[in-house]
Amino acid sequence: MPSMIHVEHLVKNYGTFTAVGDISFDVEAGEIFAFLGPNGAGKTTTIKILTTLLKPTSGSVEIDGLDPTIHQNEVRKRFGIVFQDPSLDDELTAYENMDIHGVLYKVPRRIRVERIESLLKLVELWDRRNDRAKTFSGGMRRRLEIARGLLHTPKILFLDEPTLGLDPQTRNHLWSHVRKLNEEERVTVFLTTHYMEEAERVARRIAIIDHGRIVAQGSPEELKAQTGSDTLEQAFLMLTGSSIRDEEASPLDRMRNMSRLWSRR
Amino acid sequence: MNVIAVLWLRQLKRYVRSRARIVGALGQPLLFLLGLGFGLGPVFEKAGQGNYIQFLAPGVVAMTVLFTSVFSGIELIWDRQFGFLKETLVAPVSRLTIMSGRVLGGATVAVVQGLIVVAISFVAGFRVADWTAIPLALLFMALLALLFTALGTAIASLLSDFQGFQLIMNFLVMPTFFLSGALFPMRDLPWALNILVRINPMSYGVDGLRGALTGISFFSPALDMSVLAVVAACLLLLGGYLFSRIQL
Repeated sequence: MPSMIHVEHLVKNYGTFTAVGDISFDVEAGEIFAFLGPNGAGKTTTIKILTTLLKPTSGSVEIDGLDPTIHQNEVRKRFGIVFQDPSLDDELTAYENMDIHGVLYKVPRRIRVERIESLLKLVELWDRRNDRAKTFSGGMRRRLEIARGLLHTPKILFLDEPTLGLDPQTRNHLWSHVRKLNEEERVTVFLTTHYMEEAERVARRIAIIDHGRIVAQGSPEELKAQTGSDTLEQAFLMLTGSSIRDEEASPLDRMRNMSRLWSRR
Repeated sequence: MNVIAVLWLRQLKRYVRSRARIVGALGQPLLFLLGLGFGLGPVFEKAGQGNYIQFLAPGVVAMTVLFTSVFSGIELIWDRQFGFLKETLVAPVSRLTIMSGRVLGGATVAVVQGLIVVAISFVAGFRVADWTAIPLALLFMALLALLFTALGTAIASLLSDFQGFQLIMNFLVMPTFFLSGALFPMRDLPWALNILVRINPMSYGVDGLRGALTGISFFSPALDMSVLAVVAACLLLLGGYLFSRIQL
């Protein structure tokens, strides 16, 4: 099996802080791969590097055989992503958000119209297609972002904590759809989540990252056997310890507060 | 539809949909026009300079274009914080294309806002000297708008939040406005002010616009146009460069 994602000795430093320190892993084509770790472990930084948003400090990365720092656009065509933070334009309607995405990825008009309809129906937002995203609840936004990430039929799907804030119904729905995509269209899935049972249910292989390093890798069964635990959650806690990690308030959080003050959205 | 067009349209949609912003942005020009225009009008006239509203209106229109376009450029920070920027940056489209769509959209919004102020100034008693020069006036507004949207985008590419915003307003945007010929004639200025006014690209936009709308200008329209075009081109290049270097 050729690897769809190949990462070797990847390092990302911010000044003296090491966000990702020398990690290596491979994700095979058609695989569902889960990247698990506590807050601030380096998951999102890794995804940003894989998706061309950040340049690595050192090490090499290949997506479908291409280097994201050199063949940016070729790499970008190959993946869809659901970001951890919201990334919709709140002033635009659900349909317009989808349509812009379709144009950005050069999906021909006819196919665009068809796919937008089927995807919005899939995430049950078709009836709300002409409402602005700012009127949507957290779960609805998430569903819209997921539909959007699938619009251009990517080869790889990055899901960065896609089920954060979703109710069990929607989560179930989402994962069964992801599995279906993976089985029928052979989409490679790279996901992060804090819900261990989700990872255990959908992922074939799991890497656990902590403090910017991969501490264990393997199938859910292997990880459980390796730590002698009954559940993946237990294994996860044994591997990463049980102290609570804090993430610093980002400029984003400050902005959100400010925007609430201005009550613009 | 093409990528630039769709991003341009997005800016316009956002503009049309935020009525509060449209109305809010008209308050300031209205105040300048009425407060300054009618307040200083008698003095201006006694000094033998003619009708002040006639002199001031093009300056206030240019001010509106200036403020709106800098804001449009700086809106990039908003997109960065609320995530939409990421959506465009992971798309298989060059940064230059994305930036072009943004700048054209922002500049269009600024010109529209400027035209609304032109309409308001008619109510305040402003009269256009020669209607055939309107396309020229539009061209000056468009150049001003491009120049300052590019500047706003360049600045916003370097900032990750609104912390520096007040700084930009007080030390860049306001001086650009006050140290242009928007409020006072450029003739017989004290030497220091004279230098500042002459190195300020805004002065050439105000002057060109005033020339087109009222027939009276200080520099020649050709000089106004060349200065604006050159500075706008430089700022677009700079903005494009800084925008292409954004990492999230």
